[in-house]
Parts: sequence; C-alpha cells; structure tokens
Amino acid sequence: MSFIANTQEQQKQMLAQIGLSMDGLFADIPKEFLEKKFNLPDGMSEFDVRNRLADLAAKNHIDLTCFLGGGFYDHFIPSAVYAIIGRSEFYTAYTPYQPEISQGTLQAIFEYQSLICRLTEMQAANASLYDGGTALYEAMMMALRITNRNKILIDDSVNPIYRVMIHSYTKNLSIELQETKNDQGLINRKALLEKLDDNTAAVIVQNPNFFGCVDDFTDLAEAAHKKGALLIVSCYPISLGILKTPGAMGADIVTGEGQSLGLPMSFGGPYLGFMATKKDYVRKMPGRIVGRTKDNQGRTGFVLTLQAREQHIRRDKATSNICSNEALCALTALVYSSLLGKDGLKQTAQLCADKASYAWQKMTAIKGVKSRFGAKWFFNEFVLELPANAAEIAGKLIDKGFAAGFPLSRYYEGMENSLLIAVTEKRTKQQIGMLTESLEAVL
Amino acid sequence: MIPENLFYTKDHEWAQINGDTATIGITDYAQHSLGEITFVELPALKKKLNVHDVAAVVESSKAASDVYSPLAGEVSQVNDELSSQPELINQDCFKAGWLCKLKVSNPDTKHLMTAAQYEEYLKSI
Repeated sequence: MSFIANTQEQQKQMLAQIGLSMDGLFADIPKEFLEKKFNLPDGMSEFDVRNRLADLAAKNHIDLTCFLGGGFYDHFIPSAVYAIIGRSEFYTAYTPYQPEISQGTLQAIFEYQSLICRLTEMQAANASLYDGGTALYEAMMMALRITNRNKILIDDSVNPIYRVMIHSYTKNLSIELQETKNDQGLINRKALLEKLDDNTAAVIVQNPNFFGCVDDFTDLAEAAHKKGALLIVSCYPISLGILKTPGAMGADIVTGEGQSLGLPMSFGGPYLGFMATKKDYVRKMPGRIVGRTKDNQGRTGFVLTLQAREQHIRRDKATSNICSNEALCALTALVYSSLLGKDGLKQTAQLCADKASYAWQKMTAIKGVKSRFGAKWFFNEFVLELPANAAEIAGKLIDKGFAAGFPLSRYYEGMENSLLIAVTEKRTKQQIGMLTESLEAVL
Repeated sequence: MIPENLFYTKDHEWAQINGDTATIGITDYAQHSLGEITFVELPALKKKLNVHDVAAVVESSKAASDVYSPLAGEVSQVNDELSSQPELINQDCFKAGWLCKLKVSNPDTKHLMTAAQYEEYLKSI
C-alpha cells in the first residue's frame, strides 16, 4: 500500500484508535479479492524508466503515411491550438465543479455548444460527451425517453465500433435493436422503411457512412416523423463544411466524433463526443448544458442550466448518468474551428474531398483493383476491392511506409478483399502517387 | 391553506373528484418546497394511470420531482396553460395550477387522506 502516504507507525496508531488489526479492517472483503501480488516488476530508477518507455514507444510506427480513417482522421492541427488550450486556466480535461466560479471555462463551453449548433444546423447542443460512440448510445436512449417506445433501427453502414458499443450497453436492457444490412454501400432504405412502425423510437444512420458514402436522409426523416419516430444522424464534423447538414435533412438528434476538430489521433483518446438536438427535446438531452444569462446587475454571465435533470439532483430518475463533459477536448474543437473559420473549414473539407477523389481515380486505375461500391458519392473515404486479402496487403504496405487503410473483414462478412482508404487535406499528390505505386507493387 | 373538499396523498398531491372526473395537482406544501417552478411535463392524453404511477414531472430551479397519480384512471385533459406559465402552480396550486384530469369510475379513495388528516400529517413531518 505504498501509494498511501502514511508510515507503518501511523497505520498502527490509526488501527489502535479504532481497535482493529489490518486483517480485521478488511475482514468484509472476501479473501480472493485481497490478492497482494500485482505481478509488477521491481522498481526502477527514473533513468531506467525513461529508457524502458522510450523503447516501448519506439515500437509504434509513427512515421507511417496515414491513409487510415474509419472514424478518426489525420487532419492538420495548427500549433496555435496547443498554445491556447495549454494555458493553465484551461488545462484540465474535466468539467468544472463549482462551475460558476470558472466563468472562462463556461464561456468556452457555451461557445463550443454554439459551434456545434452552427456546424450541424441544430438548435441546441450539450457541453460534450466522451466520444462518438457513447454520444450515439446516449442519443438512442434519449429517443427512447422522448417517444416512450422501445424499438431502435440501425443500419450496418453506421460505424461498427459504435454499433459494438451500443450492443454492449443495451445487452441487458429490454430494447429491441434491429440492424439492417447496407445496400451496396448505402443504407438499406427498403428494409428500414419496412421495419419502421408505431413502436419504433428512432432510426440511426451515419453520414458520410462507414464506407465513406454520402447520402441525404431527408426522405428517411419524413418517413420516421410520420410514424412518430425520431431520426438520429451520426456525422463527421469536417464534412459539414461542404455537405448538407443533418439539421437541414430534418434530423432530431445529431451526434458525432469530434476528434477531427483539432484533436490528435491517439490510441484510446481522449476523444470528444458531440450532441445536438431540436429545442423541443432539450430537457431530454443528457449531460451538462451551459447557458448565457445576466446577473442581478445586468452583467452577462454563464451558468450550468437545466441541472435539475442531472443525477446529483434527480438521482436514479436522472436523464442520464452522464454528469460530466470533455471540457478540454471541447475547447480544442472550439479553438481549432475558430482558427479555421467558416471559409477555412469549407476549404479543408473541399481539399479532403478533392484529394480523395484524385486518390480514388488513381487507385481504381490499377489493374485488378475496383471500386467496391461503383462510382457512388463519397466524401474523403472510399472502399477498394483488391484482388487479394486486404489485411495482408495492408500489412505489406506497412513495410513500405504506409498505414494504407482499414481492412473491412474485421467487421463485415464477405469483405475480405475490401480496404477502406481515407484521404485528408494533409496527404500530398506525391504521397497519393507513392501509395498507388506501392499498392500496385505488392498486389 | 388546505381546501376541505379535496383528497390528499403523503407525496403531497391532491385530487378533486367530480362525478367521473378527478382533477389532480400538487399541494401548497409541495410547491413551496420545490420553489420557483420552471417547467412541467404533463402526461399524454388517454394515458392510463394506476395509483402511484408517474403522472407528471414538475421541475424547479432546485429539483425535478415526479408527481404520482393519487387515483387510477385515464388522462382526459391536461392543463396546457402550464407550458407557458408553469408559475401558476406557485401562484394558485389548488385551482389554476392543476395538472391533469383523469376519467375515473367509482374511484377508490380509501388510501387517500382528507383535509383534516393531511393537516395532521403535515404537522408530523
């Protein structure tokens, strides 16, 4: 118990005070849970630890040219982002407790919420959630609360990592979760419309979807609303610079992964889940919401609002167990977007789309390589159908210096030869050319 | 402050029975404890409620509280005024601040308190 800063002498005194031995103190904990050995190596000096960690870090292939996507993207992050978020006033990942004392943090969150509303063209956003997957789960639960129904439809063109999360969360809940199988890279409209009934709480879709294909869900929103169901759209914020927004399509709840807005790709995060909805549903939205108001002297100030729904007040009846937010990641998204501005965001999105389109043309021109879903509209990601196993090809391309893409066989049956390739504004014409040549060489 | 002709619950709801219609609201004690009421979530029309089912949610700046149905019945009317003026509950909880009306048939009131009993109950808490 060396992490507890008291001496054996102090422990003895404390135990004497309460009249117990150490064994007696923990008597209520079953023996098997009192394992003392944690299989840890012996202690090392700082110098040895640094060397050990440096050796471990060197195993990462950080020098690969990244064409990997699947929900997380290698966008350029201006240095000013780090300079601003690194200020000690901001530099905590956690939401403030006694929040009104931190007016600067609340103002930042309020501006972040405004940013998400403008990006998605929705009316209200919360202060952020953990990541895109948990945000989508929360949106689903919110739809169940709003409609008092218990059936959810989700197309398998939604990010499979999110779907795995939703399945795990809902495994022991009495929710009827029905999945439809995508139709040639787009949502299975026919199956979704057939399954949509008076007990459906929501239809969940993604744009651009996991295969990178772009869709317009306006018709689906109308169909869902006719049945009293909601439309939930998960989206990729950078794409909103040029694509039709979920708000414009009539979505009721919009979520997404905010990593692409200035956060680096790192294994396990921290990432950023965002959520926005219509004003009518604000009280059913989970998480914190910052509002702008005036104090008793007429000065503008920021407060946490609608807290009565939250678990520290409503206990088991709370809207959600999310009582926190990703404050620093939300700030990062705000700073990144502010630095880019409206035109910068549009330009970034356009560059991604143009470069992906160029890469698609080059790579589908390789003999034996085809576009898996024909010439469908895509944003910055597309699926190649290779003449060989995609995972093996991707492995060979690592040796050539490329993280070439995501082999879809990991989540989709019958897609052993399919490779999902993402292209961001960071990829140069030369890099695209080199990947094309290398791909041709390893086939 | 406790009207004579109503029935009361330990959770501070009141019910007024008039033929086959019961009007439901929260008591002065409840509105006072909650403080300034900012939002009311009312039940859907035709919703069937059993005794002690959640009929409405009353939200103040301090808390959001469930309002339990004192009687069994079907929701026949809700007080739409409350969506724009939730403060009616603070101002006039026994009249203008009613929450909803239930269609009831031969309502059982044995589990409810009379005004005198409720007054005694309030003294005891």
